[in-house]
Amino acid sequence: MMKAFLILEDGTVFTGTSIGSKKEMISEIVFNTSMTGYLEVLTDPSYAGQAVVMTYPLIGNYGITPDMESRRAWPKGYIVRELSRIPSNFRCEGTIQDFLEKQDIPGIAGIDTRALTKILREKGTMNSMITVDEDFDLKEILPKLKAYVVGDVVAETTCKESYTIKGGGPKVALMDFGAKDNIAKSLNQRGCEVTVYPAATPAEEVIASAPDGIMLSNGPGDPKDCTAIIEEIRKLYETEIPIFAICLGHQLMALANGAKTYKLKYGHRGGNHPVKDLSNGRVYISSQNHGYAVDASTLDASIAKEAFVNVNDGTNEGFSYVGKNIFTVQFHPEACPGPKDSGYLFDRFMDMMKGAR
Amino acid sequence: MPRNKEIKKVLVIGSGPIVIGQAAEFDYAGTQACRSLKEEGIEVVLLNSNPATIMTDKDIADRVYIEPLTVEVVEQLILKEHPDSVLPTLGGQAALNLAMELEENGFLKRNNVRLIGTTSETIKKAEDRLEFKTTMEKIGEPCAASLVVESVEEGIKFAEKIGYPVVLRPAYTLGGSGGGIAKNRGQLVEILENGLRLSRVGQVLVERCIAGWKEIEYEVMRDKSGNCITVCNMENIDPVGVHTGDSIVVAPSQTLGDKEYQMLRTSALNIISELNITGGCNVQYALHPETFEYCVIEVNPRVSRSSALASKATGYPIAKVAAKIALGYTLDEIKNAVTKKTYASFEPMLDYCVVKIPRLPFDKFISAKRTLTTQMKATGEVMSICDNFEGALMKAIRSLEQHVDSLMSYDYSHLSEEELFEELYVVDDRRIFKIAEALRRGVSYDDIHEITRIDKWFIDKLAILVEMEERLKNEPLTPELLKEAKRIEFPDHVIASLAGKTAEEVCGMRYANNITAAYKMVDTCAAEFAAETPYYYSVYGSENEVEKTAGRKKVLVLGSGPIRIGQGIEFDFCSVHCTWAFSKEGYETIIVNNNPETVSTDFDIADKLYFEPLTPEDVRSIVDLEKPDGAVVQFGGQTAIKLTESLMKMGVPILGTSAENVDAAEDRELFDAILEKCGIPRPTGGTVYTAEEAKKVANELGYPVLVRPSYVLGGQGMRIAINDHDIEEFIGIINQIAQDHPILVDKYLQGKEIEVDAVCDGEDILIPGIMEHIERAGIHSGDSISVYPAQSISEKTKRIIEDYTKKLARSLHVIGLINIQFIVCGEEVYVIEVNPRSSRTVPYISKVTGIPIVPLATKVIIGGKIKELGYTPGLAPEADYFAVKMPVFSFEKIRGADISLGPEMKSTGECLGIAKTFDEALYKAFLGAGIKLPKHKNMIITVRDEDKEKAVEIGRRFERIGYRIFATRGTAEVMKAAGVKANAVNKIEQESPNLMDLILGHKIDLVIDTPPQGAERAGDGFVIRRNAIETGVNVLTAIDTAEALIESLEHTNIRKLTLIDIATIG
Repeated sequence: MMKAFLILEDGTVFTGTSIGSKKEMISEIVFNTSMTGYLEVLTDPSYAGQAVVMTYPLIGNYGITPDMESRRAWPKGYIVRELSRIPSNFRCEGTIQDFLEKQDIPGIAGIDTRALTKILREKGTMNSMITVDEDFDLKEILPKLKAYVVGDVVAETTCKESYTIKGGGPKVALMDFGAKDNIAKSLNQRGCEVTVYPAATPAEEVIASAPDGIMLSNGPGDPKDCTAIIEEIRKLYETEIPIFAICLGHQLMALANGAKTYKLKYGHRGGNHPVKDLSNGRVYISSQNHGYAVDASTLDASIAKEAFVNVNDGTNEGFSYVGKNIFTVQFHPEACPGPKDSGYLFDRFMDMMKGAR
Repeated sequence: MPRNKEIKKVLVIGSGPIVIGQAAEFDYAGTQACRSLKEEGIEVVLLNSNPATIMTDKDIADRVYIEPLTVEVVEQLILKEHPDSVLPTLGGQAALNLAMELEENGFLKRNNVRLIGTTSETIKKAEDRLEFKTTMEKIGEPCAASLVVESVEEGIKFAEKIGYPVVLRPAYTLGGSGGGIAKNRGQLVEILENGLRLSRVGQVLVERCIAGWKEIEYEVMRDKSGNCITVCNMENIDPVGVHTGDSIVVAPSQTLGDKEYQMLRTSALNIISELNITGGCNVQYALHPETFEYCVIEVNPRVSRSSALASKATGYPIAKVAAKIALGYTLDEIKNAVTKKTYASFEPMLDYCVVKIPRLPFDKFISAKRTLTTQMKATGEVMSICDNFEGALMKAIRSLEQHVDSLMSYDYSHLSEEELFEELYVVDDRRIFKIAEALRRGVSYDDIHEITRIDKWFIDKLAILVEMEERLKNEPLTPELLKEAKRIEFPDHVIASLAGKTAEEVCGMRYANNITAAYKMVDTCAAEFAAETPYYYSVYGSENEVEKTAGRKKVLVLGSGPIRIGQGIEFDFCSVHCTWAFSKEGYETIIVNNNPETVSTDFDIADKLYFEPLTPEDVRSIVDLEKPDGAVVQFGGQTAIKLTESLMKMGVPILGTSAENVDAAEDRELFDAILEKCGIPRPTGGTVYTAEEAKKVANELGYPVLVRPSYVLGGQGMRIAINDHDIEEFIGIINQIAQDHPILVDKYLQGKEIEVDAVCDGEDILIPGIMEHIERAGIHSGDSISVYPAQSISEKTKRIIEDYTKKLARSLHVIGLINIQFIVCGEEVYVIEVNPRSSRTVPYISKVTGIPIVPLATKVIIGGKIKELGYTPGLAPEADYFAVKMPVFSFEKIRGADISLGPEMKSTGECLGIAKTFDEALYKAFLGAGIKLPKHKNMIITVRDEDKEKAVEIGRRFERIGYRIFATRGTAEVMKAAGVKANAVNKIEQESPNLMDLILGHKIDLVIDTPPQGAERAGDGFVIRRNAIETGVNVLTAIDTAEALIESLEHTNIRKLTLIDIATIG
């Protein structure tokens, strides 16, 4: 067992055991409170540029199942209390230990993840390093940690070329900003033919394909950095094509309409966040993964009405655009991992496309 | 939506006496709900027949009725109190069934009373087997192929269509009473006949056997707007086939991927929505281990044992939220009491692992079958929390207080390979220990899984524990190894014995290397939000997060652990009241306990709650951190008392009666000296270690004699011996567990048994009341009917009792509570037992006299004087009411247990009858215990020779009220000779029709069967009693109980009971 060290920007050092790759990494560090679905978390492109701490202490219990949400794992680092010695599940195809090694993700196990989570909660999201070098020099490392920025991770995670998933129903253009596979699957299961476009695809090209609807996906990083994409989205907004947006897509649509986004202190990552549908007062438990949020007060009520709010902290969770067939949510109706309670939003989108035709 | 303003006065129905399948969890739920209602300004009327509960306290509800839970009583109560609503979802199946009957007979509607919490349609949809199945089919939720049958023939036909084995589940019974798995036609007929009889509606579900599938539960909440959440899911380590109450359960599920987890979660939400439940609900699933196929096993549309467990496992107060929902609030309007930042509409996230282990009563019922089935047998449970599964399991094992502290505690090393494999097939409470032995011998995970169907993930965790045993045995004990052993919660003394060291050495090494327990908070949100809840569990190798507190004096209150026969909910009542009393006096209170069912482990009872095993080592870790100014042990039963010596070694002052004086009451020689000094007689006797010594003492005293170990509660191991043979058998049983203290052999006196609880401040005493047992000495006080005030002793005897109590309390330097049992023979008063601590009768006597004994004792413990506290020392004046405490048994749940009463306690709970007259109190008590007569007006009398004379008179009186009497030949002849018409029937071994046919013919109301004293167990009597109990017939095994019953039947009318609000007493 090789020792590994997790070093935080504030100088805190945790000593544990190395898991996965032995390479050194620097990244932003965030925590996720899901008790199941570690594989979906690991393969969610929204974690690009970040190291993930799992607050649930027993990880890997059911091994690696065919539940990947994208072609590879994205976090730069992985931090757990304990990895299960053996996996047990009828669909298990391998161990998480092997998976982390194959995906070249460095990680650390055997640390007090609760203490770590409390630091991130109190001080906010920060940067971190995982290293196996016992002779690390904090003085040298800390400035490097402070200097780290997540960067243009959308470009890294989006597909390189467009592709189509066949279906007999409405045609949907899915803008891939780092999309989870279950978005396309959720549409496809409802009969949609889904064409997935790289993030940088010009709006004109998408519009020219005459889709029945446009889906703006989730994705990693700071939404404000996506200036070029925001411009394209503005053009999509101007059309009459129904649009449904999730997470980063939701933020970008708001930015395209003049709203402001801000970084949450430590984000929302887990499968237990209650969101309230303001149209009927119903509360749904949602799957969430975002570090930024839209400041609802900066979006003119004549442009969009707030449609969902977070019951815990009152932050914005969705908009309904006035006079448009556009609605956007901050949370993840596609679940995976997490509750499927808001899956009905895909049905709403289907209805919208039907109505617009 | 704000709350419904039309709701102003609510009747809350409790669950009644503690029986297997319906226990302390409902006191927890009910208490929390009542407090939650009162918080909203609702006037709460409480009905529960169980006097040992905290919910039946006047602090908890505005009006408190400790009355039998029958339709007639609820109707009379509603007419008297005029509540606008009834909340039936917090009192288990008992309350739900009552509500259903009231709804079905139209009473609620006629009187403009609404059911809140759930509707009768919902109850029916969830509880009626057929409606449930139809509902599930409608929403596409799969159930195992099944059919509701009302006859054995139908059952056979269906079972043979779907193939054996089949599972049988009677409708409307609790704890799965009368259910089971039938592997062939013979078993089917046996179980089905019985189940049809026990079902309230004569229906049994026959279904496809899904034994061996994973058993998964979800706790779900829903409000009237349709918002739903899951509080927690749980995975049973024992696959389907073992009742979830008897399974080892882990929360959250460990072997489910997100796909399976979400699939079942979505299903649970669909079900709660379709059933239109408003409040809490529990859904049980069977999940195929190798596919996504699943079946809904059961839905409980109310709070349950599982919801109590889920509340404690997550910190989410299900009962409290359910009560608020019943008032009309929606989940997003109810604040999360833990974080105070989030709302009840979010799902708890755990960052630890919880293990629950059932507390099974096989140490009490040694003749009972240990096999675990779909019928629950556990009397209680323990829970533990750790950041790893192995540690949580180890902590839970040692919390059981069953002489187990590791996977080596049951030794199977003597078994051959073949025998061990056979044992692995046996599904009982020792299965994990057998698996551990198999692992030690290198049996593969596959083989173990194949036999037990336990998931390999859990088998691997047991293997990790077994490997640690080996490492500790074979490797030098380095700090690294020690650290790892502590991480998975090996106790010091187990490490020591494996490593060939003393426990002190291991402990010393720990402290020298800074390997100490740290405490983490249960916060419902995996640290995502800051929480202030002082609810903690220990882990090794982590950072401590308990906030240092200072300023106030700190008191450590030690709880009473799992509910077991002999140590029940009464001690939780005492612990909680003591905590509240200390709090009022300005102390910072700290509770240590490990029972998830109880009120004491609700996180808002004490200033801090440590959910931990009650062993010296675990308590010491808390003491190291908290440095309490003192500890109270006298309220937590024997569990707490046993910690006294260790606490003193840790330097924690024992508040109240000192340890030496507790010892003096238990130590025969010291105690004899005290009695002699006070001039108080006791039955002659002696102390022994071996059977030979015992026989010598017994023969000197003359038989019968009472044999018992010292330092036990509930008369464990206590027997009446009538000859040398008995002595040999009893001493053998007692010595199966190494005894640290001698065994006591006393002359057995058959007189009236009298009991008092008293508070002593060192000088003065206060006796709230004298209680008399209806059954003569020889039957454990916990199993006797207890009457207050004592009926048949003279004023002079009462004064003697007062005098002896005072002398004893003073001589033992009691500060706080003392419980004394006397035998009165004529005018002679003998002391038979003294316990310088709280007792089983404390809650009951507090409630009927209105004297708050526990708070009073607490004030005395911190220096108050009885006189200054406003009480006149001595025996308090008798109250205006008669109160009868009636024991309640769960014999039908424990196959093979002998139901005859003796010196060893067997009851699981109690109920109270309180009235202006003795007869009515007695009648209410019988009614509360479920003895509702007459029905068919047929009875069987078969008594031992000593009782024949009395039996004749009892028979005559039953005859007078219309009973037809059947008796065995000997008894019948005696009766006939005395002019009582008795029909002679054959004994069991004789030809049909015999006694057994009568019993199985279901026309018998009552069996009076008094077994001869001594070790005799097999034979007629045992078989009759077992069969009667298992077919739901009332059986009385003491002639005095029978006499009391006829007395009460002669004078009372169920329609004319006077209901008494005990909140007005005192």
